[in-house]
Amino acid sequence: MNANLTLILTASFLCGTGVYLILERSLTRVLVGLLMLGNGVNLLFMVASGPAGEPPIIGSAHAEDMSDPLPQALVLTAIVIALGTTAFLLAMAHRSWQLNGHDDVQDDVEDAAIRLLAQADEASDSHDLSQELTTDDPGEDTFEEEGATT
Amino acid sequence: MLALVAAHFALAALCPALVRFLGRRTFLVVAVVPLITFVWALSLTARVTDGETLTQDVEWLPSLHFDLALNLGVLQWLMTLIVSGIGVLVLAYCAWYFEDDDPSLGQFSGVFVAFAGAMLGLVLSDDLLLLYVFWELTTVFSYLLIGNDPARRASRLAAMQALIVTTLGGLAMLVGILMLGQLSGTHRASELVSHPPDGTVATVAVVLILVGALSKSALIPFHFWLPGAMAAPTPVSAYLHAASMVKAGVFLVALLAPAFADVPGWRATVLTLGVLTMLLGGWRALRQYDVKLLLAYGTVSQLGFLLVIFSVGTRNTALAGLAMLLAHALFKATLFLVVGIIDHNAGTRDLRELSGVARKMPVVFVAATVAAASMAGLPPLLGFVGKESVFGALVEDTNAAVVAGVVLGSVLTMAYSLRFMWGAFGTKPGVAETSVEPVAAGFAASPVILAALTLALGFLGPGLTHAFEPHLDQFPETDHHAELALWHGLELPLLLSAVAVGVGLLLFWKRRLFAQLQALTASTWSAERVYRAGMRAVDRSAVEVTGLTQRGSVAAYLAFILLVVLALPGAVMVINLTDDLDVVLWDSPAQGVVGALVVVAAIFTARSRRRLRAVILVGTTGYGTAMLFLLHGAPDLALTQILVETTSLVVFVLVLRRLPEYFTDRPLSGRRWLRMLLGLAVGLAVAGFMLLATNARSGDPVSVDYPEPALAYGGGHNIVSVILLDIRAWDTMGEISVLVAAATGVASLIFLDTRLSGIRRVREIPYPETVEKLPTSPGRRVWLPGPRTLSPDRRSIIFEVVTRLMFHTMVVLSIYLLFAGHNHVGGGFAAGMVTGLALMVRYLAGGRYELDEAAPVDAGILMGTGLFVATAAALAPIAFGGVVLQSAQIDFHLGPLGDPHLVTSVFFDLGVYLVVVGLILDLLRTFGSRLDRQILSEERAAESAAAGGVRL
Repeated sequence: MNANLTLILTASFLCGTGVYLILERSLTRVLVGLLMLGNGVNLLFMVASGPAGEPPIIGSAHAEDMSDPLPQALVLTAIVIALGTTAFLLAMAHRSWQLNGHDDVQDDVEDAAIRLLAQADEASDSHDLSQELTTDDPGEDTFEEEGATT
Repeated sequence: MLALVAAHFALAALCPALVRFLGRRTFLVVAVVPLITFVWALSLTARVTDGETLTQDVEWLPSLHFDLALNLGVLQWLMTLIVSGIGVLVLAYCAWYFEDDDPSLGQFSGVFVAFAGAMLGLVLSDDLLLLYVFWELTTVFSYLLIGNDPARRASRLAAMQALIVTTLGGLAMLVGILMLGQLSGTHRASELVSHPPDGTVATVAVVLILVGALSKSALIPFHFWLPGAMAAPTPVSAYLHAASMVKAGVFLVALLAPAFADVPGWRATVLTLGVLTMLLGGWRALRQYDVKLLLAYGTVSQLGFLLVIFSVGTRNTALAGLAMLLAHALFKATLFLVVGIIDHNAGTRDLRELSGVARKMPVVFVAATVAAASMAGLPPLLGFVGKESVFGALVEDTNAAVVAGVVLGSVLTMAYSLRFMWGAFGTKPGVAETSVEPVAAGFAASPVILAALTLALGFLGPGLTHAFEPHLDQFPETDHHAELALWHGLELPLLLSAVAVGVGLLLFWKRRLFAQLQALTASTWSAERVYRAGMRAVDRSAVEVTGLTQRGSVAAYLAFILLVVLALPGAVMVINLTDDLDVVLWDSPAQGVVGALVVVAAIFTARSRRRLRAVILVGTTGYGTAMLFLLHGAPDLALTQILVETTSLVVFVLVLRRLPEYFTDRPLSGRRWLRMLLGLAVGLAVAGFMLLATNARSGDPVSVDYPEPALAYGGGHNIVSVILLDIRAWDTMGEISVLVAAATGVASLIFLDTRLSGIRRVREIPYPETVEKLPTSPGRRVWLPGPRTLSPDRRSIIFEVVTRLMFHTMVVLSIYLLFAGHNHVGGGFAAGMVTGLALMVRYLAGGRYELDEAAPVDAGILMGTGLFVATAAALAPIAFGGVVLQSAQIDFHLGPLGDPHLVTSVFFDLGVYLVVVGLILDLLRTFGSRLDRQILSEERAAESAAAGGVRL
């Protein structure tokens, strides 16, 4: 099967630019990147579906001249889902702006704490609570052994 | 049999309720179930000892060879008697041990009974997988029992330790069981024992099962969890150490020994570890001040002893083993119960503080003496009978080293038995006499009964021998049949017993000297420390791995994922990339023009620092994509894409009014160059993948066969539409569900409470006091009542006029699209979007009141109705004998009006339409109306603040 160079270049350019944008911190930019990436991937479906043809409507064209309808149905679903995603991410961006005054994606605080522990070569916070004291140690309700005191 | 096990669990579930009414007397009530079990097992004595095996078999998962298969031979019968008999006595004892106001009573009694039930199930299981299930149930219940007092750190730690160690062994055992099952096609212990598989795999499997047994029975190197487990209430310790849990390992070894004792590694492993455990347990028991801990180490020692005997796997050792198993159960339960009484009534278990207890509780003292004497192996008790036969059998069937080790272990046993009696009951010079509360008769009953049995069974050696015979017959015949008896004549076993007792006495007599010796050799190394180091290592590596991989930055995770895509599939792509790729520049030059436009728009989007510009530019790439769809021959896609882009653009603008105009300023740092590099690489990789993939394709697409059935079965000319509504209708079903979920998410993020309060009609607006209300004719609604709802500077007359012209047209168009979609371009999605856009125009021209006038219905209700209609349309075919989402065609004959052709999937499409309209209405209400209100209230607040400032 022939590869349509124009479509491939356009689609991969959209994908590349989309990747550049979604690695940003600003949620609006991430969303713009996501949309662009989505457009690029949808175009890739067209590349994969073969050469261009007549609309897949019976009666308006011969079956052998039609473009492949199956990828079109898949892309149609993707487009509508993208609308839902856009709306949801926008609502998140708005909420983030309401709460924090910006729409930047923050680093996770807990992850940073674990990273500090790893740098200090320490065990997790819960480890001391769960493991350290044992029957070997004189503690509550246990007795030291004979010989230890004599 | 199954009913008895089930009865335990059923009763366990009732316990918390019973405790509320009966308090600690609950224990006496629940003891009934083990009692029935005990009586039942006792009634089977004659049949079982004649060699009969009772079986019960309920098919469960035949494909996995996993059945509820239970059987009861001599070994199971003995274990059932021990488990249920001691269970009854310990439960009865609990009624005196606990107080009524103990808050943990309900949970404790329930878990205890469930534990007894799990143990019963374990010993009755014939299917090894079923045995494993009960095995792990005992682990879980023992965890709950040991950690009965979660407020104490020591008991939490001990419970955790027991859980981890025994579960680790249990997992090894499960692997072993599955391997044996694969090898021989059955998980039945009875079949495995009669036809044991052999070979390396079988050896590995058996060793893995041994790991499970040894961890459960607390052999070196797993022994340390057992002394820790005495953090549990004393009745639990008595039951755990004497009758259950640790006996599970012994039981498993006894069960499998007839078949697998000759497997290489079996004897070497168990004999070595068993003897070492026996010595270590005895040695450490002699160092304890806490009499309960002393007994716990005594159990470790005795378990090593028991496993040594059972692992040899000959007729005589098996007999000795069963006798010793019974003897140990009786004396160890007695001793733990006695410790419980002392702890309860004297208030301490420290042998340095206890003095003169014997005189205060003479009955208990006598019972303890009998039990300790049995433990030490003194005649005429069952312990003596058992130990005699052990010595006899070991001398015959093993080597001198094992015998010497066991005799040495017995010396230590004698010494710590004496230490226990002296420590718990003796009168010590220089120690004040302990004050002891009188012991209730019922409290002392259980240990006394057990001690009496220890004594009585000592004289019943021949009877026991006869009873155990069916189990012994599984082993190869020997020329000498040993018999349990008090008197065998003056032979080597008697001499060994005498040596053990004599040297043990000497050790106790010279105990101060011995303590100094122990202090000298005390080492800091212990298995427990190794366990702790292991746990710490696990935790540390978890922290390191988490710290390394969880950087907390979403961008970093994405970058990692993309790098993997580049490194693995990307590398394969580069390797396979050849020169002879089949490429066309374009299908039509128009593609090239639009493509170039899209690329330019993308470049400017990435460079844009203003939000609005970025959004408009990305919209441009979207419209360009729609053009490319059209050029490719996909008009449905082009239409939907254009509608979606338009809607997105409006929604974006509605939100962007609230966000800062510019993106946060960021310098052109190294990171940004990295991102650019990554974007470039991904773009190139995508291009490479597509080139390779399209060139690799040689088959026909699946859709070449679609046109004919699309018309015949789907009843539509538009194949894409038929795919959406019929061939892949489940996808569409999922898709509209996602839309509803997304809309709900948006509404909850913006409204924060409920969206139901959102709708406000024009007639609800109060007139200002100075304005006189003009009478309007009823039933007539005002279109675009701008003067009342919008301030003059926000109105646009031209826009209002255009809206008046366009709205109806758009609605009619959308209805056309909805019904024409099956044969021409259109469909539920496109129709819904057009209706949504019509509403959007009304909102933009007339504000939020206009929107509510145009669609006075809640968006959630609209979407819910849509989902309901779609689901009903999907399910309806079932009523007519079809399958879900099947479509049918109905032709009407309306005479002069024509012959309309109805395809039922149009109802499904109607559901889709309603969901999409609901989605857009919801977006307008949230991002439009709601944000309008927020902005307005902020403006008013600012105004009043400013006014207040002036006044001050």
